[in-house]
Amino acid sequence: MDLSLSTRSEDGPEGPRTVVVVGGEIDVYTAPKLREQLIDLVSSGQYFLVVDMEGVEFLDSTGLGVLVGGLKRVRAHEGSLRLVCTQERILKIFRITGLTKVFPIHTSVEEAVAATD
Amino acid sequence: MAVVELLLSPLASHVRTARLVSVTAARRAGLQDDLVDELRLAVGEACSRAVGLHTRHGIEALVRVRIEDGTAGLVVSVADSGPPVGPMPDDVSAGIVDGGDLEVADAADDLVDPDVALALLIGLVDSATVEPGSAGTTVTMRWPLPHDAQGPGATQFSRD
Repeated sequence: MDLSLSTRSEDGPEGPRTVVVVGGEIDVYTAPKLREQLIDLVSSGQYFLVVDMEGVEFLDSTGLGVLVGGLKRVRAHEGSLRLVCTQERILKIFRITGLTKVFPIHTSVEEAVAATD
Repeated sequence: MAVVELLLSPLASHVRTARLVSVTAARRAGLQDDLVDELRLAVGEACSRAVGLHTRHGIEALVRVRIEDGTAGLVVSVADSGPPVGPMPDDVSAGIVDGGDLEVADAADDLVDPDVALALLIGLVDSATVEPGSAGTTVTMRWPLPHDAQGPGATQFSRD
């Protein structure tokens, strides 16, 4: 399955959050599309992102690199990038790579939007 | 014994092709479902790394993927023609997090270092070897198959 992307805005206690809903496979072929989306959001001034990965069927290290790139970009603007993921096979990849220390990972979009730094 | 061999042009789109073929071969061989997920990711990482190396270094040679279902279990090897593999990073997250410089942001920034892909692969697969050679690197991964349980050392490969 190819990558699907959509965005919406949700209000949190500290202001609006941009929710990026990702579905399908994030790999070396599709990751550039996600990368462009994250860059576009940051370029348009949206620095508080929630990436909903519940619909992601496959994630590899290229996808991890794109998410880290997004994190670095929002942090450059004092923003945040939070992930929503409950799938064990995806969480395992974050654990193996030590990225659970880098990304706040939430169990629902509501929780991520409500989170404060 | 059954063998599937793939020769891939170094294109990102063919990494998915390799994953799909490997998963199909693994299911046909009877690999258990959680290991099929592991194989999908590991083969993807090995092929992404190989394709990335060829692309970065302008190598047009094909990447070779071999899937063998035999008495040794399911053995998948991915051979590239790129420069030799370097030492593994101690901390994979550091290799990813420190991998790009935002001041000079371009398409290469978010690409993961090939060694990080390898480190993830080795973290995933219990039996994985990386053999640097003069003409490239071969990554070989092995998974137990249910029929292993009928031979010597059965408990080692029990499906339980």
